[in-house]
Amino acid sequence: MVAIPSRHKSLVLLAGVILLQVVLLAVQIKRDSQGRLIRVWTVGAISPFQRAGTQGVGSIRGIWNHYFALQNTSRDNEQLRRENDALKLQITQLQSKAAEADRLAGLLNFRKLHMDVPMVGARVIGASPGTASVTIDIDRGQRDGIKKNMGVITPDGVVGKVIEAYANTAQVLLLTDKDSGVGALLADSRTQHPVGGTGEPLLIMKYVPNDDNVNDGERVVTSGMDRIFPRDLPVGTIVEIKPGNTFKQIRVRPAANLERLEEVIVLLTLHPLEFKQESEPASQPVAPAAAAEKPPAARR
Amino acid sequence: MNDSYDLRGSELHIEVHKFRAGAIIGSLLLVLFLQAFLPLYVPKAEILDLPLLVTIYFGLSRRNPSTGLLLGMAIGLAQDSLSGPTVPLGLYGISKTIIGYLASSIGARLDTEHPAARFALTTVFFMAHQGLIALTRRILLAQPEAWFNMRLFIAALVNALVAVFLFLLLDRLRKR
Repeated sequence: MVAIPSRHKSLVLLAGVILLQVVLLAVQIKRDSQGRLIRVWTVGAISPFQRAGTQGVGSIRGIWNHYFALQNTSRDNEQLRRENDALKLQITQLQSKAAEADRLAGLLNFRKLHMDVPMVGARVIGASPGTASVTIDIDRGQRDGIKKNMGVITPDGVVGKVIEAYANTAQVLLLTDKDSGVGALLADSRTQHPVGGTGEPLLIMKYVPNDDNVNDGERVVTSGMDRIFPRDLPVGTIVEIKPGNTFKQIRVRPAANLERLEEVIVLLTLHPLEFKQESEPASQPVAPAAAAEKPPAARR
Repeated sequence: MNDSYDLRGSELHIEVHKFRAGAIIGSLLLVLFLQAFLPLYVPKAEILDLPLLVTIYFGLSRRNPSTGLLLGMAIGLAQDSLSGPTVPLGLYGISKTIIGYLASSIGARLDTEHPAARFALTTVFFMAHQGLIALTRRILLAQPEAWFNMRLFIAALVNALVAVFLFLLLDRLRKR
């Protein structure tokens, strides 16, 4: 047998280890496998620390807010009382508007369908440990009914979708990730164009011909065609439009604050939510405007 | 018992450091946790690559290429695992394996205890790491990836600066 000189042993080991990982990469690409077992182990080892860290920070914040930050309490109380009165007035006005919106939604049967959507709130306990992907970890998993490909939102708008569900935690791919995308439409013209991430804070709207009329500041909402999100949830607002070779280059600022997520809502369904509604002719003319004003699925 | 010893070349005497029991595994778990946890409260912390800094540190200190590359592989694969299914297992693994090997090899030839040397080496290793990731993405995964840009250059300098202080902290884990 040929002996390897000791000074070359580490080089041979390096080549072997890299070859092993290249094969591992190749297997994943070829078979679309996720190497699930090692992911489960690693996530299982780290998530208790993430959970404990989040709770620890919460406790410290609680102690600070309820004990140390009590200076000027009397003055603050007075100010809060005034604010409370103003808020009560606002609530009355909002309740009135909500009742009006509910009546419209009732006419369209739109709200009813979205109210049936089961959902669960989750706390964000971690983020992607590198720049290769833009994900968050949440403290709810399969035991709470969460499955892969479920939509994730906040009251402000779309967040992303579940890409991996473990027993007690799940990973969510944010809209801003390079591999992320959502079926979307322009709120004013109702024309449909997909919106995707680039790995940067802004999203891009794809395949909008140079001839189409698109305005800066125009709202972008979900189209529902991806069968993950209900129709008319806010996706973002157009902040930049440039002409391209064939299609416009359009950048969209996400409606949800994806860089400061603390709590999210997971839509516990893998079924299309409002496609039945499209076949009802009476609902067509008013559905988009009413739903865009107040997305029912995010209202719970 | 000696807890550190000298690598004696023809003219060079470089000390090889050993660490307290559990120091390497403990540091590894801690930085993986911090890497996933810090950006939640400090979004700018996303720019840091703490697992890479720990790979470089232990590579430079242990000065054993085999240990360095295996440690880099373990840290890289753990980082891949935590990054979700969109990041294939091996992306960070390959780059950190090579960085672990290079750091150990260089550590065995140079004295890397001075903060200036550590700053310069970390800057170079960070850029090499990004280059390896871009190479893997382009060749193996057929995904477009920028080789280098201004943001990565700033990230390299920030990481190198953090490394200087982090390495001083990690020095305390050495056996005396």
